[in-house]
Amino acid sequence: MDNLFADALGQWLADRCTPETIRALEKQPQPNHTLWTKLQTSGFADALVPEDQGGAGLTLAEAYPLVELCGQYAMPFPFAETMLGRAWLAQAQLPRPEGALALTHAIASPEGLCTGGVRGARLAQATLVAFDQQVRLLPLASARLEPDVFPLDARLHWKQADWDRAPTVGDLRELRTSLAALYAGLTAGALLHIFSRTLQYANERQQFGKPIGKFQAIQHQLSVMSEHVFAARMSAQLAFTDNGLTVDTLRTAIAKARTSEAALEVAALSHSIHGAIGFTAEYDLQLFTRRLNLWRQTAGSESYWHDQVGASALAHPGLSLDLIRQATDLTC
Amino acid sequence: MSQLDSLNPQAIPAEDEALRSEVRSFLSEALKDVPAHIRARSWSGYDPAFSRKLGELGWLGITLPTEYGGGGRSAYARYVLVEEFLNSGAPVGSHWIADRQSGPLILKYGSEAQKRRYLPAICKGEAFFCIGMSEPGAGSDLASVRTRAVRHPSGWVLNGQKIWTTNAHHCHFMIALVRTSGEASDRHQGLSQLIVDLSLPGVTVRPITDLSGDSHFCEVFFDNVQLPEDALIGAEGAGWEQVTAELAFERSGPERLYSSIVLFDQWLDFVRTPAGHTPQAQRLAGKIISQLAPLRALSISITEKLTRGESPVVEAALVKDLGTGVEQLIPNAIADDLAGRLDAPIPLELLQTLNYVTQVAPSFSLRGGTRDILRGMIARGLGLR
Repeated sequence: MDNLFADALGQWLADRCTPETIRALEKQPQPNHTLWTKLQTSGFADALVPEDQGGAGLTLAEAYPLVELCGQYAMPFPFAETMLGRAWLAQAQLPRPEGALALTHAIASPEGLCTGGVRGARLAQATLVAFDQQVRLLPLASARLEPDVFPLDARLHWKQADWDRAPTVGDLRELRTSLAALYAGLTAGALLHIFSRTLQYANERQQFGKPIGKFQAIQHQLSVMSEHVFAARMSAQLAFTDNGLTVDTLRTAIAKARTSEAALEVAALSHSIHGAIGFTAEYDLQLFTRRLNLWRQTAGSESYWHDQVGASALAHPGLSLDLIRQATDLTC
Repeated sequence: MSQLDSLNPQAIPAEDEALRSEVRSFLSEALKDVPAHIRARSWSGYDPAFSRKLGELGWLGITLPTEYGGGGRSAYARYVLVEEFLNSGAPVGSHWIADRQSGPLILKYGSEAQKRRYLPAICKGEAFFCIGMSEPGAGSDLASVRTRAVRHPSGWVLNGQKIWTTNAHHCHFMIALVRTSGEASDRHQGLSQLIVDLSLPGVTVRPITDLSGDSHFCEVFFDNVQLPEDALIGAEGAGWEQVTAELAFERSGPERLYSSIVLFDQWLDFVRTPAGHTPQAQRLAGKIISQLAPLRALSISITEKLTRGESPVVEAALVKDLGTGVEQLIPNAIADDLAGRLDAPIPLELLQTLNYVTQVAPSFSLRGGTRDILRGMIARGLGLR
């Protein structure tokens, strides 16, 4: 683990990725906001780019803490996507454009191709699009944007000609899986934040003459919350054990499923413990629980990935332990 | 934030992982004719000959030092062995408690003479132990035990009663938590652990039949049982601290994930057949594996802490509470799946295993500490208590 890198990013986000900034961007998305321009000049965006191409040369395993941090600070820009996307561009020997990168897959449309809601599209300047068995780099400037449900997201439409002239980033076909792994890591980060915030609230909020955390019913809810948080986090860490840039499909499937399950449980428990204040726009909990709900619905919900894991289980005769080992064992 | 932050993925060392294939091939031969509903009993299954065979193979007391007949290996080696035993449904109940907690307890707190007397026998599968903790008036509130040992010129005199003692009727020894001074109101003070030879006069063991028809737990009565001086293990009055350390061993193992795994694998085999496959069953299989996988990684992370000599009490409580939840989900969800197939014949063998596991599932979150006790421990670890 490159802890120095993670420590530096953690400090950076603590100073700049504040709730006020997140709220301002959600109100009015600005791709050139200083949160992004300063992040880009700091070099963090090239964490996964090889050193001989000007990056930090981290592996996915080493980059896990960075992704988790983005979740912990509810980073509004698609920074995790940008880190991975820039590494793919470097791998394809393509120039890396300024601005944040969104990742998405697309389907055919009458005019060419279109997407569902793309996370962070209103803050990105380009998109890596998986379509027709290829991944290509398409600028946002050429896209027609339609609203999606989250203020930072959009549905994108391009003409066939835009696709035809876009550079191919390689024959990468694992965009969907990679995106799921990133959102598992982001979700794990948000879970950690919500857990520590809720624990703190339970220790501070007084009712019946004592902190509510002194009541057994609240203690048990927090215990259950910790179980979901740390099981989900473990699953996300396991999806990031590759010493290159490739995520393992089975591990990612488990991670996205488990973090999505935990997202639901932890969001509900945190709101239950916070009471009405947690339901207000003014209180920061919503910045995180709204994301938990959104991220659960990003890159496949738990049932989508349960189906994938189930397919592996059915194709893998013998003890289920052997599949579970394949999904959990680290090599020494 | 808390010690839970340090639960990170860990690798099982290659030399310990290497045990797996040897154990697996032994077990697949030894259990090839045992039906799944019997294998599903696993660490509730009792077979002293099987335990002695494991002892001959060097697979009991594998973490105990070689000078006491043990394997001198790390907690990882035991993790691999136990994981294989549980997943194959090996009848490991006879030696289970001795191997898991009594042996390590004697090693940690016992005198040299006690270690020489008990540990080699544990490693051979010749000394089976049970845990004397619960009493009629002391369940979750363990500190309120009333069984009392009184000093006597030649040792101790023991009077009282234990209950819910797993396998007491098949065991040679009990390590009992008893009061040696003070009153029940003194709570954690005045408690000690004694090794009780269950063949002594004055000991009466009465099996209790559980709701599945099995008799694996017992009442044990002590009526003026004369114990020698060296029945005391560890320090007099240190019983609470010792029993807490013992419970960390009890709760840290992979047996808190795999109690329903024989059923799950048998059901999966059915779902793999053309007659058994449905999209709903495939999704359920994925859900269960997605819950088990991170739990296994957490369990290995706890094992890593054991190898460093830590006592990961809170982490173990977390994994046990979550793990028993999945263990209980498995029979419930499989029953829902199978009983939803109104027009399809379900193999009887599968239903027999389902019936057994469904009946015993409530015990998964009782034995070794109830849900509420575990959640209280986690809350203490989080600084809430």
